[in-house]
Amino acid sequence: MKLNDLINHTSEWLKGSGPYPDIVISSRIRLARNLNNIPFPHRMNKRQAQEIAEMVEKAVKEIDFLKNAIFIGLQELDALDKQFLIERHLMSYEHARPDNYRALVLEENEIISIMVNEEDHLRMQVMQSGLNLFEALNIMNRIDDALAQHLDFAFSTEWGYLTSCPTNTGTGLRGSVMLHLPALVMTRQINRILSAIAKLSFTTRGLYGEGTQATGNFFQVSNQVSLGHNEEEIISNINALIKQVVEQEEQTRQNLLSHQRSMLEDKIWRSFGILKNAFIISSEETIELLSMVRLGVDLKIINKIDRPLINRLFLITQPAHLQKLENKRLSSQERDVKRAEILRQYLKDIG
Amino acid sequence: MLCDICGKNPASVHLTEIIDNQVTELHLCEECARSKNLEMEQQFGLGDLLAGLAEFNKGTEGLESVKLKCPNCLLSYEDFKKIGKLGCSQCYLTFKRYLASLLKKIHGSNRHVGKAPVKLARLSSANSSNRKAILEELRQKLHKAVEAEAFEEAARIRDKIRELEKKENKNETE
Repeated sequence: MKLNDLINHTSEWLKGSGPYPDIVISSRIRLARNLNNIPFPHRMNKRQAQEIAEMVEKAVKEIDFLKNAIFIGLQELDALDKQFLIERHLMSYEHARPDNYRALVLEENEIISIMVNEEDHLRMQVMQSGLNLFEALNIMNRIDDALAQHLDFAFSTEWGYLTSCPTNTGTGLRGSVMLHLPALVMTRQINRILSAIAKLSFTTRGLYGEGTQATGNFFQVSNQVSLGHNEEEIISNINALIKQVVEQEEQTRQNLLSHQRSMLEDKIWRSFGILKNAFIISSEETIELLSMVRLGVDLKIINKIDRPLINRLFLITQPAHLQKLENKRLSSQERDVKRAEILRQYLKDIG
Repeated sequence: MLCDICGKNPASVHLTEIIDNQVTELHLCEECARSKNLEMEQQFGLGDLLAGLAEFNKGTEGLESVKLKCPNCLLSYEDFKKIGKLGCSQCYLTFKRYLASLLKKIHGSNRHVGKAPVKLARLSSANSSNRKAILEELRQKLHKAVEAEAFEEAARIRDKIRELEKKENKNETE
């Protein structure tokens, strides 16, 4: 597998399947692991960083179900490639910083990825479509257990896995769920929900993780506490919370349908109209309008589009994806034109 | 939408700052966002936040904490308070008495109850009581794997158990 092959590939989280696929886009489990005694990434020298990368690469090769994974040294990639991987949620913004020796392990189905030398020596993630945290955790545990046979993970019986930042100590586990909550936003209930989530020690972030704003009604909810509860408890808590949020969104959608159907149809079809006819469109506007169209698909107001197509449009209209598709660098203005062209092309026979 | 700072380039980065319940939105171009980002990181990175928490320990920290330094990575406790990150796994031992209360403040607990690494390579050198605990854990895992019908996995765990049991018996006869 090569990096450029990914462009035509449907990422696991874009399949639009799994439980509650109308409201829950994807579920992600992340584990932070470090190797004993070797300084954490922010304090290690180049040689140590390379050593870690070599050890991880070797360990990964020993694992059967990762045998088709590719190992990429980030110094081999240009800014566009890195942005491309971030847009696919395969690595973080933080990991793209040109800092020491960083690497990425990528499994062919884009379900599993491992960032090497990000904030911790290993940041492993598993992605699933829909609300599927338990399955993601199962896969993650298999990887973690397999790697633990080859790598000497820093662990204390009292405090669990030892991480660079004490906010991750213990299980090193972060479970996140990406939610699409247009009805709660439209009816201005979202702030109430978000503050309730915060009170229960969960955090909400935007589409691309830490430091990003929620755009187009997308919210990422994850646990804050990683110590004092076991992995299953942490996941069960998020799962229960998400189910409640999903229920609220679902109810609000039904209310809107029965009491304000015209308003809803108007918003959805206007959004569709702009996407189908625009000649210049920014990526923020695209996300916002696609969010409405997605709602239209979920509520069967729009019938000729399926969820995987919407998800694909979300992805390929992102800046790095556009440039990969075109196979050349595009300025921001050129991208807005190209983006509109692609949208018109995909949507021309629909409506 | 144009950048709030330079007013020239289109805004592509959107930040929400919440200070004392006041929400401020900022729409920035990539260039201004980068400089703003640096500034913000310096202003209130997670490091400062944690450092703030660690400050609470002040009353209990004697003078010796000032000189405390990790023998493995040479990170000083003072540095940890500044950056909010530990330097290596040994730091957890070195700064143990201060970290215990910090972890409790962050997580509401300072006792790990989750999984532990299964280290096969270590098993042969593990002492007998340790080995019993590991065996017990493996048996539970086997049970779970069978329940989940993950038979490949179950078979692997079964082999591990057999191997361990062999060693256990050998030890007892010795």
